[in-house]
Amino acid sequence: MAVLHSAPKFASNEGVCDVLTKALGKMVVSSHQEHGEILITVKRDAIADALKLLRDEHQYQQLMEIAGVDYPERAERFEVVYMLLSVTKNHRVMLKVKTDEATPVPTVTTLWPNAGWLEREVFDLYGVTFAGNEDLRRILTDYGFEGHPFRKDFPLTGYTELRYSEEEKRVVYEPVELVQDLRQFDFLSPWEGAEYLLPGDEKAEGDKA
Amino acid sequence: MSMQLKQSPTTGDEVITNYTINFGPQHPAAHGVLRMIMELDGEVIERIDPHVGLLHRGTEKLIEHKTYLQALPYFDRLDYCSPLCMEHSYVLAIEKLLNLKVPERAQYLRVLFAELTRICNHMLNIGAHVMDVGAMTPNLWVFELREDCLNFFERASGARMHSAWFRPGGVHQDVPEKLLVDIGEWVDTRLPELFGDAMSLVLDNRIFKQRNVDIAVVSREDALAWGFSGPMIRAAGIPWDLRKSQPYDVYDRMEFDIPVGTNSDCYDRFMVRVKEVYESARIIKQCLAEMPEGPVASTDGKVSPPKRGEMKQSMEALIHHFKLYTEGFHVPAGEVYVATESPKGEFGVYLVSDGTNKPYRCKIRPTAFSHLQAMDMMSKGHMLPDATAILGAIDVVFGECDR
Repeated sequence: MAVLHSAPKFASNEGVCDVLTKALGKMVVSSHQEHGEILITVKRDAIADALKLLRDEHQYQQLMEIAGVDYPERAERFEVVYMLLSVTKNHRVMLKVKTDEATPVPTVTTLWPNAGWLEREVFDLYGVTFAGNEDLRRILTDYGFEGHPFRKDFPLTGYTELRYSEEEKRVVYEPVELVQDLRQFDFLSPWEGAEYLLPGDEKAEGDKA
Repeated sequence: MSMQLKQSPTTGDEVITNYTINFGPQHPAAHGVLRMIMELDGEVIERIDPHVGLLHRGTEKLIEHKTYLQALPYFDRLDYCSPLCMEHSYVLAIEKLLNLKVPERAQYLRVLFAELTRICNHMLNIGAHVMDVGAMTPNLWVFELREDCLNFFERASGARMHSAWFRPGGVHQDVPEKLLVDIGEWVDTRLPELFGDAMSLVLDNRIFKQRNVDIAVVSREDALAWGFSGPMIRAAGIPWDLRKSQPYDVYDRMEFDIPVGTNSDCYDRFMVRVKEVYESARIIKQCLAEMPEGPVASTDGKVSPPKRGEMKQSMEALIHHFKLYTEGFHVPAGEVYVATESPKGEFGVYLVSDGTNKPYRCKIRPTAFSHLQAMDMMSKGHMLPDATAILGAIDVVFGECDR
């Protein structure tokens, strides 16, 4: 597909995906290239080795970002995405691992010192734990906060709100009370995208199967 | 009656233990709400533990509940010192997923205003940095220039700071001809004069140099390992600028130099920013000279809204308008990481789309996270008052850091 957009152009992806997939060998679960981005999913336990290999032998010197993503419908609901940048090859790749609430991901603080805060953030917002990160405190949420707010099942409004209480002369936490309920409009067109189940539709589906 | 000491205190036989002080969360040199727990040995910093997140508003979660267009104004509120550069990453990420062509004039306008934003941001940082280490006057002078920039933004978008002017597919509105003329005149006369005057007070100032030279020296290796970007990595001597190496919009047509430092201290970081102001001015002049006529937003009616006049005539335009401002546009499923050179460094947006009208996940890569994290490494062994110089040279804004 011809590139029409004017987003940042880095070095060509031509063949890079295959080279990296081959180099990572057995660690790779899947790899693909889409929208001009290379995404390699690796085995969870191998992430530190895979990143070390890319850093030391394929010149991806910088770890720019670690992002968590939540897909509640999957068995391993969380994805942790590592964005790597090579300043010598002028190229970017993304590595991914999958995990769930209980299984820790190996830390990469041993490879990059700045991974510490990035992992803390994923832990804080998603509850993904990182084995070997010695400083896995919350980072963005309040002192004493409970829960992991960026999970898809955490409500947008949260559970508590705080205000300064004149009587107690301090900030108090109270359950969220909204004057009006948070409104969520579903603007998805019924002709495309949304799946509205009409009574009787399941009969037609049954016929096909 | 005079007080007599039985034994005079002597130095040397007393053990001074390290003590911990709390810096912030409300401190003028913290540039926002930063709390730092500092462990001091006398006046020398032993350890710093920055506590961030006091300005956390859950922007990324809010974005997941808005359509792509509704989510855009949140980006102005990230780094509120350079709002248009924040929008830039986001609109480019959407355009990358859509593979949407942006008209040339819109690309030029974006580059022009991104550079104006860079000047605006650097004015604030340079002024604040100078004031952090004790000088008052230059800050007042460069704030004049910042005010001029904000006036230009107001004339283009109607808002001084939170412009929401970059849109997926282009910019919201075309600018008046007079505005471009005024920007050209300002870049030629007022900016170099006033900025030159202000900098002449600072650059060779003995006190300023004593406070900044050889403070927080970071090696090239460390700068790479800690994920530095922007002026922080350039001060370390690495000529890395996303505008040059990974050009977006019309940056590949612009001629500009990348200033780099040699010493990698706070003074170099400051100087890199000073030089960048002049380079930005060069880019602005080229934009003004080369900017073609034409549409300022994509002509794809499925993404960018129709003109008001068209809506009065065409039923299709009316439907497009209605659909765009209720349902919004759909973005093909996929994920991209788009990073642009914001004035503070690499500002990235990791956008995951599931094919609907709302982002499934929008992770924002703040520049401050890796820089502030290195605060401990950079400050170790320096004096307590150096911490403000180091913070000033990082150029941290908490709207962006805490999101």
